[in-house]
Amino acid sequence: MIAEIGQIALILALLIAIVQSVLPMWGAYKGDARLMALGDRAATMQCILLAISFVALTIVFVQSDFSVKLVTVNSHTDKPLLYKISGVWGNHEGSMLLWVFILGIYGALVPVFGKGLPAGLKARALAVQGMISVGFLGFILFTSNPFLRLNPVPVNGQGLNPLLQDPGLAFHPPFLYLGYVGFSMAFSFSVAALIEGRVDAVWARWLRPWVLLAWAFLTVGITMGSIWAYYELGWGGWWMWDPVENVSFLPWLVGTALLHSILVLGKRHAMANWTILLGITAFSLSLVGTFVVRSGVLTSVHSFAVDPARGVYILALLLLATGGGLVMFALRAHTLRGGPSFTIVSKEGGLLLNNLLLVTSTFTVFLGTFYPLLIEAFTDGKISVGEPYFDRTFAPVMIVLIAIMGVGPLVKWREDSWKSLKPHLFKSFVLVAIIFSLTWWLGKSVLGALSIGIAVYLAYSTLAAFGRKIKFGQAGAMTLLKAQPASVWGFLIAHMGIAICVIGITGMSVWAKEDAKVLRLHESMTVGGYEFTLKSMTPGAERNFQKMVAAVEVQKSGHIVGTLRSARRFYQVRNMITTEAGIQVRPMRNLYAGVGEGDAEKGWVVRAYVHPLVNWIWLGALMIALAGFISILDRGRKRGKI
Amino acid sequence: MRISWTGLIPLILFLALSGAFAIGLTKDPSKLPSQMIDHPFPEFSLPDLLDMEKTIDQSYFEGQVTLVNIFGSWCVACEQEHPMLMKLARNNEIRILGVNWRDTVEKGRDWLARGGNPYTRIVFDADSMLAIDLGVTGAPESFIVDKKGQIRYKYIGPITEKIWRDELKPFVLMLEAEQ
Repeated sequence: MIAEIGQIALILALLIAIVQSVLPMWGAYKGDARLMALGDRAATMQCILLAISFVALTIVFVQSDFSVKLVTVNSHTDKPLLYKISGVWGNHEGSMLLWVFILGIYGALVPVFGKGLPAGLKARALAVQGMISVGFLGFILFTSNPFLRLNPVPVNGQGLNPLLQDPGLAFHPPFLYLGYVGFSMAFSFSVAALIEGRVDAVWARWLRPWVLLAWAFLTVGITMGSIWAYYELGWGGWWMWDPVENVSFLPWLVGTALLHSILVLGKRHAMANWTILLGITAFSLSLVGTFVVRSGVLTSVHSFAVDPARGVYILALLLLATGGGLVMFALRAHTLRGGPSFTIVSKEGGLLLNNLLLVTSTFTVFLGTFYPLLIEAFTDGKISVGEPYFDRTFAPVMIVLIAIMGVGPLVKWREDSWKSLKPHLFKSFVLVAIIFSLTWWLGKSVLGALSIGIAVYLAYSTLAAFGRKIKFGQAGAMTLLKAQPASVWGFLIAHMGIAICVIGITGMSVWAKEDAKVLRLHESMTVGGYEFTLKSMTPGAERNFQKMVAAVEVQKSGHIVGTLRSARRFYQVRNMITTEAGIQVRPMRNLYAGVGEGDAEKGWVVRAYVHPLVNWIWLGALMIALAGFISILDRGRKRGKI
Repeated sequence: MRISWTGLIPLILFLALSGAFAIGLTKDPSKLPSQMIDHPFPEFSLPDLLDMEKTIDQSYFEGQVTLVNIFGSWCVACEQEHPMLMKLARNNEIRILGVNWRDTVEKGRDWLARGGNPYTRIVFDADSMLAIDLGVTGAPESFIVDKKGQIRYKYIGPITEKIWRDELKPFVLMLEAEQ
């Protein structure tokens, strides 16, 4: 019964979405206020229906109703409640429903926060939003229906992949989707603005918080994914340049470019075309991100062709959304007014360079991710692109970007001169030289020293720019400090976050140490000056798995630093073994041990890692996300003024 | 209607890209004639999963028809295929060489320990050294190699009872009859 309610709500949502995509658009064209206003109601209605549908699926999962095929395949009565719930989106069908539900929420928020928007723009944007819904709801209903029944009803489910039974992963996809789908706002309003033929500061100021929100959620999502991979997969790495990671990084890069260009548009009325193009691209890449992970196309072309119906639908949807947006862009871009001119040494110039570099880096990552697929499409060869490619292409672009990040915030809008930058550049150079020599001497790595130097330069420049804003050291600095808008705090925290992140990445890339050995009880190995001793192996059992817990004691120069507990879990339902690493987390370094297979006689395979500064990566990333959320508050306070 | 040519650039780029993907993705890989058919099995020298000190190379194929099966502990479809391979091994139908692809030693061994080992020997190919030369598109995938070490047949996807009976076995019998 509940599954049917969900199914019906889903069908009704599709019908409403069709109405939403046609009538408001027609109303805006004809200037009919009643039809335009329909967009608001349709968006709200659609959101309610999707909520009903999503809740229905969740209930079915919580009740372990195995008459629903999706529940049978992905759940099990022995699973803890949290994972029964996260099981809702831990599979293709359910995750698509979550996706479209989030789309519905964003759509419903337009009438709530957009009361002051021009009626035509709002109606058109909601219509575009409706079209995206139609595409996705059609995809769900026709190729991936989550509510399909099973007959006869099985006694129990087939469980959920134990790798996915982790709180980190339970919340990773929703955050990622909040980010991906959030960019649909940028897309809808870009297309609507193209139809209207007008992009102005009001548009930019309205859209900026949505872009920030989507971007901040995406940042959280990516960070959680990275943390999860670090401790759950037992790879001891925080970023693998894995295709699945890359596709979530692509919209993030473009989103970062977008939120900087939209800043210029809001303040200086410049870069309108560029902003629109980035808006369309950010969402297209989000679609690619959603589909690539869901279709499994990147792990193997093979898995894609297994279900051609889904594959072709996905491709058509991508083609329509992106192609449609870009056709509109080609037809209408010239109608958008260019802003006032600026020289290259100016804030606009810096932000333009920032955009170009971010787009370049996006392209680099895109190429590295999809090149193997293209090769496969045209030849029978198969290649894989790995870390060395990304290190060589992505890192240099980032270094130039950070160089610009250092001076950009210090120059004035419209026009400035190199001369005014000289004192800052000189001081930075001295500082970097000192830090460089110091790190080189201590860390014995030129690359590491250079990288730390660059990070310190960024932090120093960011603080200098902030100091200038509050007239640091002069009378009234405190008053100015309090008067700074949220977006300035956002700038400070985000750019400092990047600096911290760079330091962490450097620590991990240059100074991390690892080793693996077969150890019997009470034997030990030394990694990076730490002595790891296998103290005990204790069997145990939990509700849905059996385990073997290893205690690894770590000593440094004779002192006990701590004991790491690593567990091997055996999940009977899926016949799978996972390794839980034992990690001691400290600000300056993590100690990490994982115990593999073996027995008392021969010993167990023990992998030990020393990871300096790794937590800085996630601290920096979370600061960046926080900065995004803080910057939104800025708009909230001033919204009345628009 | 006036169109700005610079505005067209993103669209053209996008269309070119999607065209490439449309061609690539709609090709059904199982229908692709493998370029490797009737070519010698690529040269390789990789460790044996069950005894990492020993290596296996292409000389293994000499004199006997072999089924080469690509698998990995991460591959769900392989689990589905596994009982069928076990049956082939039990009935001595054919010699099976396993290629443990993109896996870790530990996971690969665990996997075999749980489901049984139908392979005479197992090539450990964590870094796709052999898989790339073979043009493997996914797992499971199987090749039939004749007595002279030539690849003669490629099958993509899990081997089922029916596939074995109707497709592979007749072919194997034919190869075994060859001099």
